Amino acid sequence: MTRLRGRGYAAVNYPTGMNLGGDPSQALIHATTTGTFVVSLSSVDLGQGLKTVVAQCAAETLGLPFTNILVDTADTDTGPHCMGTFASRGTHRVGNAVIMAATEARAIMLDVAAEELEVDAADLETDGTGYIQVRGAEAKRIHITDLALAAHFTHGRTISGRGVFMKEKSEVVPETGEMDPDSCQAHACTVAEVEVDDETGVVEVLRMYSVYEIGRALHPAMATQQVEGGAWMGMSHALFEATEPYYPVRDHGPADFSEYLMPAAGDIPEQVSVLLERPAPTGPYGAKGIGEMTANAPIPAIANAIFDACGVRLDHMPFTPERVLRALDSLRGQDLSAHG
Amino acid sequence: MASKIVTLRVNDREEEFLARPGTTLLGALRDTLGLTAAKRGCAQGACGSCNVLVDGKPVPSCLVPVETVDGAAVATLEGVAPTGDLDEVQAAFLEDFATQCGFCTPGMIMTAEALLAENPDPTRAEVVEAISGNVCRCTGYEPIVNAILDAASRRRSA
Ligand code: FES
Ligand code: FES
Repeated sequence: MTRLRGRGYAAVNYPTGMNLGGDPSQALIHATTTGTFVVSLSSVDLGQGLKTVVAQCAAETLGLPFTNILVDTADTDTGPHCMGTFASRGTHRVGNAVIMAATEARAIMLDVAAEELEVDAADLETDGTGYIQVRGAEAKRIHITDLALAAHFTHGRTISGRGVFMKEKSEVVPETGEMDPDSCQAHACTVAEVEVDDETGVVEVLRMYSVYEIGRALHPAMATQQVEGGAWMGMSHALFEATEPYYPVRDHGPADFSEYLMPAAGDIPEQVSVLLERPAPTGPYGAKGIGEMTANAPIPAIANAIFDACGVRLDHMPFTPERVLRALDSLRGQDLSAHG
Repeated sequence: MASKIVTLRVNDREEEFLARPGTTLLGALRDTLGLTAAKRGCAQGACGSCNVLVDGKPVPSCLVPVETVDGAAVATLEGVAPTGDLDEVQAAFLEDFATQCGFCTPGMIMTAEALLAENPDPTRAEVVEAISGNVCRCTGYEPIVNAILDAASRRRSA
């Protein structure tokens, strides 16, 4: 028995959003009486962190603390329209819509503050801690809580804004084949190191190194976790997960979690991940989408590492011990006949 | 079969309720007592998202007929810290980004609580072993293992 080491890599370019017949996301934002800004969306956060990053976008644009933002994604029936959180489009489309809505609300916020402080709105700035103040005369200021109260009860105004980010449909230019189907593309590369047991066929992933160029990482800790959780999922697809292991024969399909294999905490490789930031011109504060791409590169990287380790070229996932052994057998057979 | 009166001490509070035959501990916690931290992931003992402590031991509550633990002390995530506070494990999960969608988190934390109560200074391998029955679809496990080790050292120096 030999445990054979190998290393492989794969790269991926991944589009942010897709070329629908027009791809809009909309956002509404308004201040409550006490200065909490409610961002209303119908974009769904199912764990990817959308609520966090769009709250960051709103806070940054309004010039208010993150804690002043409340993101409400409650109801797709009644909320502003969103095509949905898929195609790695959430951060980009919804983030842009929220920035537009917050920009409009900020202008009104400064306008009401100007009335309240009896100054010119153009002389006002936000200090990032909750105050709107006169530039160069910071003692003249008002807190957002007092301002929101005044807007509602003194001035009878709403501090609110609308955001519509719309990626228009892009048609192919027949002469050149040129088109703009996505808003930007993120790029990544993963290197995998594996060990293949040539007697049992078991592949163990020892390490994965990933580099991601994602525009701007709006939330670096969450982006890194997306990269590493996605790499785990890629490794899981590469080595374990199959709903129909002998497709098109439908036998032996797993029926539940005890048969549907996934790597657990004891099977995880060491991971090293690096984010490169090159802000995208169309992105919210330069961000691109990386939701889906993170499971992609690990799979061919692992396939290439298996090839490097033991010379077998597997093109059907998952790379189970059975498939590795069958491939090793036929490789040996070929070698024998080549020398025979 | 008739319903039974079941008494549990849940998070240090006496609870008494009527349970239909076949009611699981998970069902009683979520549907009868309104304690929804424990999650129903698989309902067959394979994912750990429903883990709670019964007399200090982590168990998949989806597999426990509630009448069989009549009189037991049950601890759920709701009870690990007073409302508004976080205990060391929760704080470590939060600050070390050990949650993404959060569905596995209540079960992970209760499993970690049981481990740390028994073994305040676990090795990495012992942490991995302890959570080997807990499935997480999002994080890749690494941040969860790190958070539990971090929680252990926070608690030792607390
Ligand atoms: S729901 Fe109990 S173990 Fe999955
Ligand atoms: S954080 Fe989503 S399942 Fe663990």
